[in-house]
Amino acid sequence: MTRYARLLLLQLRASVVLAAQYRADFLLDGAIEIVWTSTALAPLLVAFQGRAAIAGWSFGEALCVLGFFTLLQAVLEGAINPSLVAVVQHIRKGTLDFVLLKPADAQFLVSTARFHPWRSINVVTAGVLFVLSFRALGRAPGAADCALALVFFTTAVTGLYSLWLLVVCTAFHAVKIDNAADLMNAVFDAARWPSSVFRGAVRFVVTFVVPLALMTTVPARALLGKLDLATALAAIAGAVVLAGASRWAWTRSLASYTSASS
Amino acid sequence: MSRDDFTRFGALLRVSMLETLAYRGQMLVWVLTSTMPLIMLALFGAVAAEAPLGRYGPSDLVAYFLATFIVRQLTSSWVSWQINAEVQDGTLAMRLLRPVHPLLAYAADGLAALPLRVVVSIPVAVILLASSGARKLPADPWIWLLFAASIAGAWLISLFVSCGIGALAFFLESSTKVMDLWLAAFFVFSGYLIPVDLFPPHLRAALDYLPFRYQIGLPVELLTGAHGRAEGLALVARQWMFVAAAGTLMLTLWRRGVARFAAYGG
Repeated sequence: MTRYARLLLLQLRASVVLAAQYRADFLLDGAIEIVWTSTALAPLLVAFQGRAAIAGWSFGEALCVLGFFTLLQAVLEGAINPSLVAVVQHIRKGTLDFVLLKPADAQFLVSTARFHPWRSINVVTAGVLFVLSFRALGRAPGAADCALALVFFTTAVTGLYSLWLLVVCTAFHAVKIDNAADLMNAVFDAARWPSSVFRGAVRFVVTFVVPLALMTTVPARALLGKLDLATALAAIAGAVVLAGASRWAWTRSLASYTSASS
Repeated sequence: MSRDDFTRFGALLRVSMLETLAYRGQMLVWVLTSTMPLIMLALFGAVAAEAPLGRYGPSDLVAYFLATFIVRQLTSSWVSWQINAEVQDGTLAMRLLRPVHPLLAYAADGLAALPLRVVVSIPVAVILLASSGARKLPADPWIWLLFAASIAGAWLISLFVSCGIGALAFFLESSTKVMDLWLAAFFVFSGYLIPVDLFPPHLRAALDYLPFRYQIGLPVELLTGAHGRAEGLALVARQWMFVAAAGTLMLTLWRRGVARFAAYGG
């Protein structure tokens, strides 16, 4: 375990050193991320004009969901996407061989291969959204709720990571998959609203097929102190199942990997 | 354009169409990435379910956002990324050697994708007709004519802006982040995420003088019968002024930029 912790630190340091060469990107990326966050905020401001609640969510509560959406986007852009895009390239070029030869778990190595620290600027934007959210609600979050929210944020990251890993596994079988990540991003975009605004078939999809509700609505409910036990257990079970399924798919895919160069 | 130019453009169009057809799977995925109108429909639909939002009831919103999906399919342009890649790896040099202007080739690429995008839009159009009924669509043939003109105008504004920002790569090495900023503004102010008439009045007035709403909002409003003849004609005329302005600006940028092009890496 300590060996893997040391490995993670090493990989992180390599990414930070790499990113430090492009410091100007920090400002530019930061500015762009903040502008993009406003594309999610503007519709909310328009929708809440002159009304107190939408689908059972007040403005402050919806901002809390948007905060978790932005936070997860930071994780996605800063830590998950860069590595997984790299794996897809490895698979196509056949350079995954070099990763497989290393004496550590391949999934761990490819998942921690690249971080884009500058992209994580959205953590700050998310913080601002949380502050705005609780100002609109006129109270501060309770300590126990914060701890619970942290737990469900972890399950959210697990779920998101597993989903992305499943997409990567398809790269072993499909030839050209570079825009599959764009497709996943487009689907994840639906997580910006509380899941109860969706109705009918779409609601079923965002709850069970691509469990976006697990990722933003559940942690937001936890932070707001509104999470019921059944939803909490379902969220944890969902994350565990997704993680297991993605690990299984990864080992299966590796077994059928024949390298591109041979 | 001379007659030769037309023949060459026809040939380019054929090649681009075959390419689109060869990579149809990838194109389909790109189409599927435009989920945003549906995500917006969910939010605003939930709002309108309780009480109408401005002049929009639930069925108006369904018509609006399905029309948005279709208009976006027909008018999007991705040339900016292509130009950036070609300037960076130097392959633009090959295009400059050909006896046809690179901008015509880019236009052919964009145009060639249209048939496939129309095919994909058909199911959405059918849902639009079935869900909100034909009564949301304009009955006046003149409005349909204006709609066609507005689609052409919107397509040209997108192409010119995309080419213009792409041409900035001659000066900045990479202009993809400029395109990112433009896109964010476009998303918010074009009517793609929020119908333009839901904005506060002063902001709405300002949007008349920006190009964004003429790219999505205007064609969608015409298709959903929001404008009469005179109003529609005035708006389309204004749209084409933006087409001319964007075209002029883009050509100037392109000419100055190509003069600086050093084909490094090529």
